[in-house]
Amino acid sequence: MSMTQAKSARHIEPLLWSLFGAGGMAIAFLMPAVILIVGLLVPMGILPAEVLSYERLSAFFLESWFGRLCAFVIIVPALWGSIHRVYHGMHDLQIHAGTGIKVFCYGSVLVLTIATVALVL
Amino acid sequence: MTEQTIKLEILRYNPEADNEPSFGTFEIPYNEAWSLLDALEYIKDELDSSLTYRWSCRMAVCGSCGMVVNGRPQLGCETFLRDHYPNTIKVEPLANFPIEKDLIVDATGFIEKLESVKPYIIDAVDAMKANPAKKVKETPKNEIGTYNQKPAELGLFKQFSMCINCMLCYSACPQMGLNPMFTGPAALALGHRYNLDSRDHGSDERTEVIQDKNGVWSCTFVGYCSEVCPKNVDPAAAINQNKAQGAQDWALSFLMPRKGEK
Repeated sequence: MSMTQAKSARHIEPLLWSLFGAGGMAIAFLMPAVILIVGLLVPMGILPAEVLSYERLSAFFLESWFGRLCAFVIIVPALWGSIHRVYHGMHDLQIHAGTGIKVFCYGSVLVLTIATVALVL
Repeated sequence: MTEQTIKLEILRYNPEADNEPSFGTFEIPYNEAWSLLDALEYIKDELDSSLTYRWSCRMAVCGSCGMVVNGRPQLGCETFLRDHYPNTIKVEPLANFPIEKDLIVDATGFIEKLESVKPYIIDAVDAMKANPAKKVKETPKNEIGTYNQKPAELGLFKQFSMCINCMLCYSACPQMGLNPMFTGPAALALGHRYNLDSRDHGSDERTEVIQDKNGVWSCTFVGYCSEVCPKNVDPAAAINQNKAQGAQDWALSFLMPRKGEK
């Protein structure tokens, strides 16, 4: 299937869509758990407040390699997934953003991705 | 006892006389066994012989009588007066198509899009004619010269082969309205149907259209096409399966940029 495609005008929509898919997956799997813990269990006192203490979380997300990888997997695909939804949502709402807006949308996410890699990894 | 009646508001347009379409109202006897198509036939026979609409089989097989009923794309033969009585039924031609007259739309663009996905089996011989550099393994034929196909192989594409070209999905799709160049749900699902067929070797020849910006990538997965489909074809699924395939090919094309070419 790849041949004729390689010959026809290339576009990076498949890449953006894959990142969008990865982001959707990450959000669908992880966010309900995050909402449950941060939004319900800790405020209601079912889990002790120390669960979310800076020392505890930074020890996992910033000190260990596995934790850093988790932070990357939670943050980066979700960024790409969300901006893809926003950009195509604008199209659905008949706001036809030009190339400038597209570059701005995906460009900012690229910057945030690089920043995440620089800060977390 | 007074006879029960039901009102129909029908979008009328005569290109030789009207500047723009406008609604005409008809009050007809209510019959709970009547479909909308029966009602249109009554109007044409008894009230206004100039009313123009397409129809043929009256049983949701031919795909001719697609129209927009109270804002929803439906087949006239599958829509019953009893489901709307006593309310007025508003009938319009399919959206996203130019109107030829009254409820008849110009399907030329749709037919061109259907043809663009090469909706027929391309066997190994034809596939190699199209691309001599490509090695295609012929699907073995049985002793009477036809192909055997396992139920599982048939099951892969059967759903996508049920399309009756009624164009309801084109009327339902918001992307069709935003981008008339979009290949559209039915044509993409039909191309997918042939790509999935074990007898077919033509997927390379369909890729250019299917994976184009105006192909599957114009879809934002609203999914209304699959909802209105009278044959449960699920074009949205066909489109998403092609996006997954396209993303895979996109990535592979970097690893193997010359795969299959000289």
